[in-house]
Amino acid sequence: MEKENATPNPRRDFLKKSSLITAVALTPTAAIKAADNQLDERIAQAIENVPCSIEINGTKHTMKIDPRITLLDLLRERLHLTGTKKGCDYGQCGACTVHVDGQRVNSCLTLAVMNDGKKVTTIEGLANGSELHPMQAAFIKHDGFQCGYCTPGQIMSAVACIREGHADNEGEIREFMSGNICRCGAYPNIVAAIQEVKKGGKNI
Amino acid sequence: MKQFQYIRSVSQKAAISAITQEPTAKFVAGGTNLLDLMKRHVMTPERLVDINKLPLRDIKEENKGLHIGALALNSTVAEHASIVKRFPLLAEALNAGASAQLRNMATVGGNLMQRTRCPYFYDTTTPCNKREPGTGCSALNGFNRMHAIFGATPHCIAVNPSDMNVALMALDASVQVSGPKGDRIIKMQDFHRLPGDQPEKDTILDKNELITAVTIPASTLTHNHYLKVRDRNSYAFALVSVAAGLTLDGKTIKAARLAMGGVAHKPWRLTAAEQSLQGKQVSIEAFQQAADIAMQGAKGYEHNDFKLKLAPNTIVEALKIASRI
Repeated sequence: MEKENATPNPRRDFLKKSSLITAVALTPTAAIKAADNQLDERIAQAIENVPCSIEINGTKHTMKIDPRITLLDLLRERLHLTGTKKGCDYGQCGACTVHVDGQRVNSCLTLAVMNDGKKVTTIEGLANGSELHPMQAAFIKHDGFQCGYCTPGQIMSAVACIREGHADNEGEIREFMSGNICRCGAYPNIVAAIQEVKKGGKNI
Repeated sequence: MKQFQYIRSVSQKAAISAITQEPTAKFVAGGTNLLDLMKRHVMTPERLVDINKLPLRDIKEENKGLHIGALALNSTVAEHASIVKRFPLLAEALNAGASAQLRNMATVGGNLMQRTRCPYFYDTTTPCNKREPGTGCSALNGFNRMHAIFGATPHCIAVNPSDMNVALMALDASVQVSGPKGDRIIKMQDFHRLPGDQPEKDTILDKNELITAVTIPASTLTHNHYLKVRDRNSYAFALVSVAAGLTLDGKTIKAARLAMGGVAHKPWRLTAAEQSLQGKQVSIEAFQQAADIAMQGAKGYEHNDFKLKLAPNTIVEALKIASRI
């Protein structure tokens, strides 16, 4: 995420102006009132920030946020849910995998504001209190990691992989887990953990 | 990411109006390609028009064929019972692309519009006619292992990276679009363009037009296979891919459909090769002959010379697997 530039920025000024025009169309009273008071920066802020409501691990968060913030950055930087990891930030490694309305997605490639009205589950929302989710327990049992950085994404992806019905054999698991890269190469143990949970037959 | 204005549109009309007002505006659906490019400053729209709330997710039977809403997710389409049964090429191609997570985000419309993965297009420190018209093509004499062998020009040798597009091309699909001047239907054959001297244009779609659906006519293909050859087994772009569909009556080929990916600026239909197969008996020789015809006019650019052998071999292999000989 880019920091605010302290030096004058013509492009930003342009945006402020064009945003002001839009604001007049959208929220006349607030914008005109602010313009009257020459509260340029505040107008830009008010227009740039977009209202958004997302339920995260069972808690509803209603906020106004910069549209540039990805779901990943919202989770980590704003809500301090740092279990979800930033690996590549380009959708190539899967470390940022979370569930949105039950589907696994790369939280780095979706804007937080695009998830308005949705339900997000992160690794923090997977366990039942102090009782580990069966997939978390299986990763520990099978040593499904070394450094652990990719693990939250692997586990979120693995849970979805079973729920989707794509964990019938090793080949299928490897194919449908290919969006989660493990730099340490713990793949055989990750596959073993998923196979055990799948064979356990529990409704996860 | 550069600053932009975000508009959540609730109707098709509002979405088209919002895109028309701002010259650099872009629609965003899954965002898997656009946000990636925006983070790298390859694309810098001043306005994003979020179309996710538009009712364009339906997959339904229509005129004995299929209508797929532009916002249908790649994963939904790949798993759809009727598509798996009637259009296995499309399901196979979609499942060969990206990862499970990305397929849960990427839409059919977005997949049609995805940009090339040419590393020079992504690298804003190098010349690229697609990214910045008139600056030159770095791939032409650069590291061009992934690049085109058909239809390229000195202006651009990039390839279209989509698997879905290759299947849609073989299935004679059409793209339904809606814009300020009304609706129109574009045949898949015409939708993507060759680079010519305007490689910045991937498609013939007008900037203010919205893709609303993809339609596929009824298929008579009895034997299908999508074969993707890549550097690793999964989650990699194609070096070469082939969508092969045959209508077989015993061992006689009544009709053939062939399209290739990873070889051109657009999904590459092999019409002459298809014609050469018609009426022939299924055999390796017939497939080899079709592959030879398909490769006429192919040209390597040094690092991708291997594709001149890989492509015909992939055609033959895809036809072998499809026809189960």
